[in-house]
Amino acid sequence: MSLTSDDVEKIAHLARLAVDAAETESLSHDLSNILNLVEQMDAADTEGVEPMAHPMEMSQRLRVDEATESNQRELYMSNAPEAENGLFIVPKVIE
Amino acid sequence: MSEPHNKTIAQLSAGLAAGDFSSVELTTHFLDRIKQFDGQLNSFITLTEEQALVQARSADERIAAGSATALTGIPMAHKDIFCTLGVKTSCGSKMLDNFVSPYDSTVVTKLQDAGMVMLGKTNMDEFAMGSSNETSYFGPVRNPWDTERVPGGSSGGSASAVAARLCAAATGTDTGGSIRQPAALTGITGLKPTYGRCSRWGMIAFASSLDQAGPMTQTAEDAAMMLAAMAGFDTKDSTSADRPVDDYVSALGGDIKGLKIGVVKEFMGEGLDAGIAASTQAAIDALTGLGAEVVEVSLPNAHLSVPAYYVVAPAECSSNLSRFDGVRYGHRCEEPKDLEDLYKRSRSEGFGDEVKRRIMIGAYALSAGYYDAYYLKAQRVRQLIAEDFRQAFKQCDLIVSPTSPEGAFKLGEKSDDPVAMYMADIYTIAVNLAGLPGISVPAPMSAGMPVGFQLIGNLFEESRLLNVAHQLQLATDWHQQTPANF
Repeated sequence: MSLTSDDVEKIAHLARLAVDAAETESLSHDLSNILNLVEQMDAADTEGVEPMAHPMEMSQRLRVDEATESNQRELYMSNAPEAENGLFIVPKVIE
Repeated sequence: MSEPHNKTIAQLSAGLAAGDFSSVELTTHFLDRIKQFDGQLNSFITLTEEQALVQARSADERIAAGSATALTGIPMAHKDIFCTLGVKTSCGSKMLDNFVSPYDSTVVTKLQDAGMVMLGKTNMDEFAMGSSNETSYFGPVRNPWDTERVPGGSSGGSASAVAARLCAAATGTDTGGSIRQPAALTGITGLKPTYGRCSRWGMIAFASSLDQAGPMTQTAEDAAMMLAAMAGFDTKDSTSADRPVDDYVSALGGDIKGLKIGVVKEFMGEGLDAGIAASTQAAIDALTGLGAEVVEVSLPNAHLSVPAYYVVAPAECSSNLSRFDGVRYGHRCEEPKDLEDLYKRSRSEGFGDEVKRRIMIGAYALSAGYYDAYYLKAQRVRQLIAEDFRQAFKQCDLIVSPTSPEGAFKLGEKSDDPVAMYMADIYTIAVNLAGLPGISVPAPMSAGMPVGFQLIGNLFEESRLLNVAHQLQLATDWHQQTPANF
């Protein structure tokens, strides 16, 4: 698989990454090499093989629906790049 | 105090109990060593000197009161992937350079409850993505055996610090070899437990179906002591294993006569350095000398483990790392013009090249139209690899192989070629895909550098793994060699 610069730009957008022209070029080279490595899998016959999502046979555990955490809003917001009145500040979304 | 840094946890614990030295003395000694030597190694990102001395004083009180555990008062370090309350937790990334964790991870809490003293947080490949510790935002870590060489990764800071005796032990995490490969390259013991054995809660996620925490120590006995405190069911981790923890330390006594050791045919051939092959054979011979029987086993799909891993791990990482959006915590770009610009520039500035590559591979593999060809295919291949191990364990009790195909390489040697770097984990990745426990212990050195010998157990057979490694270390002195300049 060989990715074009166009492909790289689309993937970068999906991943919400900004890439400039020079990066796009080196990324298309590196990502194509990684995909070539990955595509060695194609040689394996996996017809009828059950996909393995997880190392253990387990079902998702459920817990009783009751509060286990105390409210520590200020502590949890202390790492916010920008916060005001207990709210996270982001650029205007709706005009 | 005469060189307490070369003592194991077991020896230090006995010394503390006998009153030969206090935890404050021990902690001060290690802090002094870090200040003296870490300028050459860069194995720590953050030193927590004040907290360490507070913890050491309370450890001394606990020892005096007779309520100590075997780990109380022992100075250790945490990989900077474990959240630590009130202490910067960077994960080796610019993205989290300003992140002070509001809580402790379960593993940190458990070791703190046992009385261990945290000296600081160790350097690592960014978000645990790398095999050389060169992707860290905080600069590469150097190998104490040769500072022109890498210590391996991603737990390279922990490995380098333990090898140079800057701490008695450290924690690491292993998604594709990140405990075992650096342990091999620096001449220490590193255990990746069975998936789910140690809680992942508060351990910054890379690939959730593969990540597992484990101890990095001088000996298998020390690894058993630490794992005993780290392991256990945790309701806060939905994939935590709900089963009792074995008594790993008591299990260290058994002899290994008649134990069947499976040597992986595919891991002893092409691509393996000749010196490492000879060291691996010496370790196998030492086990047969103790009465173990050797059988050859085959993992016919193991060559597909690196390709499958580079779909599964990036897919999970692209999902996990989507949380870093510059809104709630972490790096934010200057003057974003709109929300999309905020996301894109914050992430591009905050993440390094290797992390970006993996996020993009994952986003691509999961994107519309490609899911079946990549992610689903990789999950089927993962099943084939796990089945290879199930078949192999019908013929043997334990599987052995080299940990890494080569010794520590020079800084910069592979950093421009991601695919060449990925091959450093060719013998370790299959173990993560199958969820099995694996340990790397020192084998005889080759070309003046450490070599790791990997032992792989069946699910939840850490006791057997640790005992065999311990018996090997009782019979040999390969694990006692230390780098001359530290």
